[in-house]
Amino acid sequence: MTGLVLSGVTRDFPEPTARHVLRGIDLTIARGEFVSLVGPSGTGKTTLLRIIAGLDGGYTGDIRWQGEGRPRLGVVFQEPRLVPWLGLLDNLLLVSGPDKIERARALLAEVELAGNEDALPSQLSGGMQRRAALARALLVEPDFLMLDEPLISLDAALAERMRRLLNTYWRQRRTTTLLVTHNLAEAAELSTRILILSPSEGRIAADCGLPPPSPRSHNDQAVSAVLEDLRRITHGWPRPEDQQTRGEPGAFSRAG
Amino acid sequence: MNRPATSLLAGTRSIRWGAGWNRLISALALLALWQGAASAIADPALLPSPLATLQAGHAELMRGELIFHVAVTLARVAVAFALAMLIGSAIGILLGRSAMLDQIFNGWLVIGLNLPALVTMVLCYMWFGLTEVAATLAVTINKVPTVAAIVREGTKALDRALFEMTHVFNVTPGRVLLRVILPQLAPSLMAAARAGLALTWKIVLVVELLGRPNGVGFQIRTFFNFFDIASILAYSLAFIGAVIAIEAFLLQPIDRRLGRWRRA
Repeated sequence: MTGLVLSGVTRDFPEPTARHVLRGIDLTIARGEFVSLVGPSGTGKTTLLRIIAGLDGGYTGDIRWQGEGRPRLGVVFQEPRLVPWLGLLDNLLLVSGPDKIERARALLAEVELAGNEDALPSQLSGGMQRRAALARALLVEPDFLMLDEPLISLDAALAERMRRLLNTYWRQRRTTTLLVTHNLAEAAELSTRILILSPSEGRIAADCGLPPPSPRSHNDQAVSAVLEDLRRITHGWPRPEDQQTRGEPGAFSRAG
Repeated sequence: MNRPATSLLAGTRSIRWGAGWNRLISALALLALWQGAASAIADPALLPSPLATLQAGHAELMRGELIFHVAVTLARVAVAFALAMLIGSAIGILLGRSAMLDQIFNGWLVIGLNLPALVTMVLCYMWFGLTEVAATLAVTINKVPTVAAIVREGTKALDRALFEMTHVFNVTPGRVLLRVILPQLAPSLMAAARAGLALTWKIVLVVELLGRPNGVGFQIRTFFNFFDIASILAYSLAFIGAVIAIEAFLLQPIDRRLGRWRRA
């Protein structure tokens, strides 16, 4: 477990796009928090994740990890990023080493991919690949888990089961987690705190904590109240471009 | 209309049969052309027929010379080829991964690519004497820039997303090299190997012709002194056969194995 402090993080993209993606982001994520970052496409959610992961050095501002040294990161990218010539089990063992083979098999089973250990990524659907990427991120027992829309291409029932898996994992280990999602209901179900990125300014427009208990449903009364507030804030913002999120309960642009 | 699977398989098989026939017809046509030219010239000393060449090769085989000299040349090719692939690949990966190194050493690579093979051979023999080391060094120096240039381009095209993944998961450099970089570089390495093999054996023959006491190149020089064209052709064809066998039974199976995931 580890915490994170961001001070004045700003990221501008140069010509030809030439736009301010993030402007002076100040943010503290305490150890053991499950924070969801919500906002329309193009608000800089993924850029912020890439900066935190150390993949984008073109920012100004300061990032400090709380704890000793560089934390062990677990990342689920927007696209699965599995190695195409390795089977699923080998893809997992690539990041952990061969000594974690039993844990890797168990995680593949937990994401409902048992029996596909030797399958190549190209032989699997996009949803199966995303679940393998989730298992890979959990396998390294991260101090800080970053999830960039990990459940986006899953059908509703499977997404629900994966949400339950994530919630169980977090409750058991209290791994500090940062989830990027378009889906307010998903964020409300999983998080201890929700951050809303504004569509035009590259700033955090809202930062609200969610009450226990966990797991919770987005139909819980207290959560519903928070969702109402957030939907009011996001009312009139552009719809998410991703077709997968349209019509899902709680997709953030479905105001009130 | 969809074709049933059995029909598709039958189609694939007939294409393979067709390709086999085409190759056989092509080889027979070449032999016929050679035979026609030999008959037209009607001077076996100037252009021996395929049969006369076969007889000359058979005589060398029976004397044990053909196998020995082909084996010596193949050994030289193997050593120089392995060295060139190893050094050239390492240089290519470094230049492909580092823009700064590429800027610094690109000029060197261009000089290496344009350095005439003959100059390297003569210089190596002059500096190190007519030795095995000089011969191997000359061939290796000639081949390294070609391998490095091909591998460098392959390295530049490596999937950045996979490197980002290995970076955030802190995968060890050895594992990244073996499981991420080298498999991606397989097509470039195979291209370099093919170009390398074709180039290396030709350079080895010249090196042997200039300054070695054995090998196919040495034999060609000997038969040149006797104006024995049939034996020259016999040695050339035997060696070409050996190289084609390496391509068919070594390089192509490796290529198929490495590219299996693409067809999955």
